[in-house]
Amino acid sequence: MHRIVYREWRLEPSKYWGLIAILGAIVAAGGAAALYMEHHGHYVTGMTNSVVWGTPHVFAVFLVVAASGALNVATVGSVFGRFAYKPMARLSGLLAAALMVGGLLIVVLDLGRPDRLVVSMTTYNFSSVFAWNILFYTGFIAIVIGYLWTMAERKGNPYTKPVGVFAMVWRLSLTTLTGSIFGFLVARQAYDTAILAPMFIAMSLAYGFAIYMLVMMFAFEGDRRPIGPEAMKRMKNLLGLFVAVVLYFTLIYHLTKLYGAKNDAVEHFILIGGGIYTLMFWFGWILIGCLVPMGIIFHPVLSQSRDWIAAAAGLVIVGGLAAMYVIIIGSQAYPIEMFPGKTVLEFGTAGDIGGAVAAYTPSIPEIILGVGGLGVAMLITAVGIRVLQFLPESLADHIVDPHMKPEPVAEPELV
Amino acid sequence: MNENTNATEQRVPDGLADAGRRSFLGSAAGIGAAAVAPGVVLHTVANAAPRTTPVDDSHRWGMLVDTAKCAEGCSACVDACEVENGLDLQDMPEDADPIKWENQRATWIRKVKLQDNQSGRVTNLPLMCQHCEHPPCVDVCPTGASFKRADGIVMVDRHICIGCRYCMMACPYKARSFIHEVVERKLTRAPRGKGCVESCNLCAHRLDDGEISTACADACAAEGHQAIIFGDLKDPNGPLRKALGETSNRQIRQDLGLNTGVRYANL
Repeated sequence: MHRIVYREWRLEPSKYWGLIAILGAIVAAGGAAALYMEHHGHYVTGMTNSVVWGTPHVFAVFLVVAASGALNVATVGSVFGRFAYKPMARLSGLLAAALMVGGLLIVVLDLGRPDRLVVSMTTYNFSSVFAWNILFYTGFIAIVIGYLWTMAERKGNPYTKPVGVFAMVWRLSLTTLTGSIFGFLVARQAYDTAILAPMFIAMSLAYGFAIYMLVMMFAFEGDRRPIGPEAMKRMKNLLGLFVAVVLYFTLIYHLTKLYGAKNDAVEHFILIGGGIYTLMFWFGWILIGCLVPMGIIFHPVLSQSRDWIAAAAGLVIVGGLAAMYVIIIGSQAYPIEMFPGKTVLEFGTAGDIGGAVAAYTPSIPEIILGVGGLGVAMLITAVGIRVLQFLPESLADHIVDPHMKPEPVAEPELV
Repeated sequence: MNENTNATEQRVPDGLADAGRRSFLGSAAGIGAAAVAPGVVLHTVANAAPRTTPVDDSHRWGMLVDTAKCAEGCSACVDACEVENGLDLQDMPEDADPIKWENQRATWIRKVKLQDNQSGRVTNLPLMCQHCEHPPCVDVCPTGASFKRADGIVMVDRHICIGCRYCMMACPYKARSFIHEVVERKLTRAPRGKGCVESCNLCAHRLDDGEISTACADACAAEGHQAIIFGDLKDPNGPLRKALGETSNRQIRQDLGLNTGVRYANL
């Protein structure tokens, strides 16, 4: 096996600063949106006392879950000893930490009292999953930074595997807890099921890896670093597997709910009569997020094209956001069933919703805040790979795999 | 005090400036005493009031709502709660959507009208925080702002609520409200601020002053309906336990095993 050489990202300055300017503008817009919402109060958003978590949470939970999954490449390399993934591990760690920072920022900026952040870090109620999550999310960033150090510093190399194992256990716990934020809610019909925890783990693997693939392909394309066809094939197959697992858990989640008569109404809402949520489920979560990407990934011709593979990864991300929208907002829009066997004729004043589907329309600031969080993650990554040695010079097959022969294509470092 | 007065009197001939200074000091002392004295008196009065006794678990406050007595079209309990807890002081922001606002403003109690799917029987009832023995909102609150007092009242500590709304996700009764707007007018007994969550606290301020009643129960009684009986679930001879013993009653979402403090008859 060749020695892996890492180099800073050498994108042309004009392109690089253009990218930074775009990402900076997205982040600034996100900050302005948060300021606007905090200044006026949440009445300017689509959120109400029925739909209490809105679009910011869709992005936040997606990013947090994806952060855990983005670390997957590092885990496969250092814990399971798959040498082909080792050169890709540093970017995996950076992206994981960056996505987590982006997700956490959204959560914090959407709080009613973000100025009380210090309270949330000093006053804990350990019967709350959320309190545990605060520790696991912030701990995740610290552990990943330590993990990166063991990879990058020669003195730290012997610790890569133990730290990697620890990071893996930590992030699986983290995603379990994230799924449990919803799974433990006994009051709401769409939640109250333990399967949300493993389903979130499956989602984290798929969404995090899809983001990882897109970022890596974009970065390598940017300064013309090679990615070998075998490496590409390995990655797209792994993504296909993760997506299939998401599909499996989605199936089991709905079968579990469908089996009991008490959940017929909520299942009818999500699967058939829920309007935008039904559309988001079938076209977003299932078709765009799972079936089409799998079709591309396992298609004999399309799967040979990197553009199509990138498109598949992009669709997984879009489908993931749709899935989060259904899970987070659809489940709240569906009325809490307080009076089984009875129809709610009136519930407070006309607009005070109970026993009926709650309206929710995402407001512009909510969307901008969510996209801003994604922008933060990408900005951190773009700066990180530019100033530090996160990217390997080459992912050509013979570089990462000692059993492979050099390809006929000229490699920059061999020329 | 006397010595000072004498000294001032003796020094008057020494000079007007000095006299002025002394006079000023004397006035300042007087004003200071006048300012502090009522505080001292109030402090003494407060110490004598029931508020000094820590809340203990010798009581568990609760309610029985007899839905058969809850009149259709009557909103006396809701109106009384609005006034008692300053909810009527909430102003809809000028640019807010009026219908959406009704689902954004704080509401502690609401009238609910139900129809049985099989029999068509219509039931009216007031719905508020059910003051669970095992409140999901308290379990999920990351900071412990959502808490249950020793006397069973579930409420929010507005000092450490960070506005995450997880309690609202967890509550099976939609009892909680988030303050979506800047609040200008509020009552001392119900301080309300943008970004925090709140809900019915069984008029805790009344109980803490030794008054065993809630605004909603009083208003219902004043209307002659007597649909809400408030009292101590732990007092075997109290009106609440008596009423509970006489009428078959149930909890809303009894399946969740939360052991609510609010019970319903004829539901």
